[in-house]
Amino acid sequence: MSGDQILNVDRLSMRFGGIVAVQELSFAAEPKKITALIGPNGAGKTTVFNCITGFYKPSGGTIRLTHDDGRVIALERLNDFRIAKQANVARTFQNIRLFPGMTALENLMVAQHNALMRASGFTLLGLIGAPVYRIAEKRAIELATEWLKRVNLLDRADDAAGNFAYGDQRRLEIARAMCTEPALLCLDEPAAGLNARESAALSELLLSIRDELGTSILLIEHDMSVVMAISDHIVVMDHGLKIAEGTPREVRDDPKVIAAYLGTDEEEAIAVMESGS
Amino acid sequence: MDYFTQQLINGLVLGSIYGLIAIGYTMVYGIVGMINFAHGDVFMIGGFIALITFLLLVSTGLTAVPVILLIVILVSMAITALYGWTIERVAYRPLRHSFRLAPMLSAIGMSFVLTNYSQVAQGARVKPIPPLITGGYTLHESAAGFVIQLSNIQIVVVITTIVLLAIFTWLVSRTRLGRDMRACEQDQTMAALLGVDVDRTISMTFVIGAALAAVAGLMYLLYYGLVDFFMGFVAGIKAFTAAVLGGIGSLPGAMLGGLAIGLIETFWSAYFSVEYKDVAAFSILIVVLIFMPTGLLGRPEVEKV
Amino acid sequence: MTAIPHETTHASRTAGIAYILKKSLISALVALVLFSLMVGVRTEAGSEGQLTYWTRFGEVAALVAVVFGGSIVIELLRQWIGPNGTDSLVPPAVRSGMSFLGRYLAPALLIFTFLVPVIFYDQRYILDLGILVLTYVMLGWGLNVVVGLAGLLDLGYVAFYAVGAYSYALLATNFGWSFWICLPLAGILAAFWGVLLGFPVLRLRGDYLAIVTLAFGEIIRLVIINWQSLTGGPNGVSSIPRPSFFGIPLDNSDNGLAARLGIEYSPTHRIVFLFYVILALALLTNWVTIRLRRLPIGRAWEALREDEVACRALGINTTTTKLTAFATGAMFGGFAGAFFATRQGFISPESFTFQESALVLAIVVLGGMGSQLGVALAALAMIGGFELFRGLENYRMLVFGMAMVLIMIWRPRGLIGHRAPTVFLTKAHAISSDLVKEGHG
Repeated sequence: MSGDQILNVDRLSMRFGGIVAVQELSFAAEPKKITALIGPNGAGKTTVFNCITGFYKPSGGTIRLTHDDGRVIALERLNDFRIAKQANVARTFQNIRLFPGMTALENLMVAQHNALMRASGFTLLGLIGAPVYRIAEKRAIELATEWLKRVNLLDRADDAAGNFAYGDQRRLEIARAMCTEPALLCLDEPAAGLNARESAALSELLLSIRDELGTSILLIEHDMSVVMAISDHIVVMDHGLKIAEGTPREVRDDPKVIAAYLGTDEEEAIAVMESGS
Repeated sequence: MDYFTQQLINGLVLGSIYGLIAIGYTMVYGIVGMINFAHGDVFMIGGFIALITFLLLVSTGLTAVPVILLIVILVSMAITALYGWTIERVAYRPLRHSFRLAPMLSAIGMSFVLTNYSQVAQGARVKPIPPLITGGYTLHESAAGFVIQLSNIQIVVVITTIVLLAIFTWLVSRTRLGRDMRACEQDQTMAALLGVDVDRTISMTFVIGAALAAVAGLMYLLYYGLVDFFMGFVAGIKAFTAAVLGGIGSLPGAMLGGLAIGLIETFWSAYFSVEYKDVAAFSILIVVLIFMPTGLLGRPEVEKV
Repeated sequence: MTAIPHETTHASRTAGIAYILKKSLISALVALVLFSLMVGVRTEAGSEGQLTYWTRFGEVAALVAVVFGGSIVIELLRQWIGPNGTDSLVPPAVRSGMSFLGRYLAPALLIFTFLVPVIFYDQRYILDLGILVLTYVMLGWGLNVVVGLAGLLDLGYVAFYAVGAYSYALLATNFGWSFWICLPLAGILAAFWGVLLGFPVLRLRGDYLAIVTLAFGEIIRLVIINWQSLTGGPNGVSSIPRPSFFGIPLDNSDNGLAARLGIEYSPTHRIVFLFYVILALALLTNWVTIRLRRLPIGRAWEALREDEVACRALGINTTTTKLTAFATGAMFGGFAGAFFATRQGFISPESFTFQESALVLAIVVLGGMGSQLGVALAALAMIGGFELFRGLENYRMLVFGMAMVLIMIWRPRGLIGHRAPTVFLTKAHAISSDLVKEGHG
């Protein structure tokens, strides 16, 4: 495959017992671009996410991640925490998974675990208070502070994450994922439950992550206003199959997509699609 | 072969007793999601009440064994069930929606209370009774002179277990109470909204579990001919192990686990060493859980992401 | 979840005395049935094995009367205090006072502890009790790493205590190695067993983890009982060497510490020495734990307790994180065990029963999971309280069990109900325990 892809999913299949959740799905994501995965409920989007981020082992197919430095990693062979640690893929969750009893700052510090672990000499240097660790910790706090600023939560750095309003929790989770300094950021419905103002702020945040940091983003989203506004490329799924892909404009006009979204009731489907334009 | 068959019989009988106790653990776990650490002691209390009732009946001059057994079984079930009800009411209900460890520690405390209550009330010495059910059948006699025995008490234990299990299965699958219990197991809030009296259902779960433990206590008394205040701890741990081995929350699993623990213990004692029989039972539990993290018949846990 | 909580409380306000009487009567009736046979008929095995019995109806009547009176009092209290029950038992003023006290409590306690051997030099009993309390403080702090920080339920902690104790006892009696060499070895061996236990339980959750750790504790105890050639079986190991003051024995001999310092020998010297040894060990445990909490490993433990899936998504190796928690907790347990062996001079399997595990777990939970000060206070309250009831003999465990139940109902989240953040930008706010998860392990 060409070097213009950060993520290449090739004939990915996932079966649970007799149920086929994802069938021979192929798509690619370009570096420094926002790729959206959309489709009606039950289309298999989150399953694809879980395969990419190592929570499920795919039944078939390959997932290749190509780093800037040319490293190619077969994600389907890595599992569990190694995807985040070795392949630098970070993710958020549909039902937010923060560490509710820890402060916002602590949440972002945990995200830098692997870097800090090395700096602390796997705890031994840290235990004796070696300067090497103290410098690293200071830097980690700086990175966390910067992200708190970006997501507009700096004044709440020392509050427990569990006390945050829903929209704040969503932003904090994205900040936490970004603190792992990922090559690919996977967001599972980041706009779910947000109001229009918060959605707009989210769009802005994601665009700044793409443009200023050059991080590639893969997102699942139902909120078409967000998807249509920020995506560079959209993949549409239904019943585990890819039914269309292309630019927001191409996808919006695709009759197959409209049909999949609301079955026969085309007018409403068009309304959904239009809302993003 | 004869030796093996004899051990198989012994193991199944022991396993029946464990299984009856294990059902109490698994029922409570299924419905309130807590380990009722005091359940082993409820079993012990059941044994004591059976012993006392038996003693009182004998002193009245009653000699008909079936009548004595029937009265003993009913009295011990009734009073022990009330113990189960009271324990839930006093120690667990206030903590129903609390943090997970609080009811567990409350249960451990309750277990200490019951053990020592029994020691204070009935003394520390072992209480033996004369064998009530004697005799048996010789199934097979080999040329070498080895005999396979099936004693009447073993028959009574197994038959009682089967009858109780049948009643119990009917109760859970066919009655209103059973339906309520299954509903509470799935979702207590939803069950309450649909008109299930959750408090009452949970109370009944403890009552039934305690009643079954009482029967197990009586069987233990008849089979081994003694009770003591500390017997609840070991039997409780074994039965709990059985419940987990079978897959905690699963009723057939509890019985299966009970039989498995009974057999492991008996065969290990027979062929290897008596001293290490408990080590064997616990080790097998650990090994099974490594390969089947939710036990033999437990529902595999699906990780939602 | 009941839709309308405390519906009855409202009714009781109007029904008043009649309602209370009815409720208490029912309680008394239940008590009558419960106690009728268990207390009313006392059985005893006679000299030839036959059973005899005698009745004790007076006792039953007294107990039933106590239950009746008790229910009336409880119902009255409930009406006065209101439907919130336990929460309002601690008024806000007292609570804020407690948090004010909390800031000075830890240093004050520490200074007092240092002075105990000076103040109570002549009171051997108090010194012994102090050593006992400190041993449990140390065990509590050790288990706190596993249960309080990493959120892994461990019901077999006593196993590591036993491994530490037997490691020291056997190394010292067989090879004559000194306490100060054996102490780290005991810790390392216990940590090794912690990892060994950790491996099979990595995939297990919640109550499966509970039973496996419990089973592990029992296996260790049963092996100690039965492996007679190594451990002496139920007879235990005796004449375990006492610790020396860095090579100088603390005895009456010519080269003992007293003789060298030119002061008169007193057996209290050794007790005081032991007191400071366990204090140092406990403080080491505390210091290491506090340090670890502020290091990535400690934060990973707490994150694991909060949400394991999120940890994995952030690239944290949950396997090694769990194993290090088990190993660290076990190591402290091993140190405490080695100390126990050298203090007692004799150990047997009886000291390492499930009750010990339950006691240490109760200390951790009562302390407020994760709180170092809370654990210390809980150990003081539990062990001290337990000693207060020494005169009660058999009733002691009964009272202890009741106390456990009542304490859990009173404060399910323990004495210190909040968590201190490990790092802060401007100001560290205590985090309410309602937000802090318990872990599922």
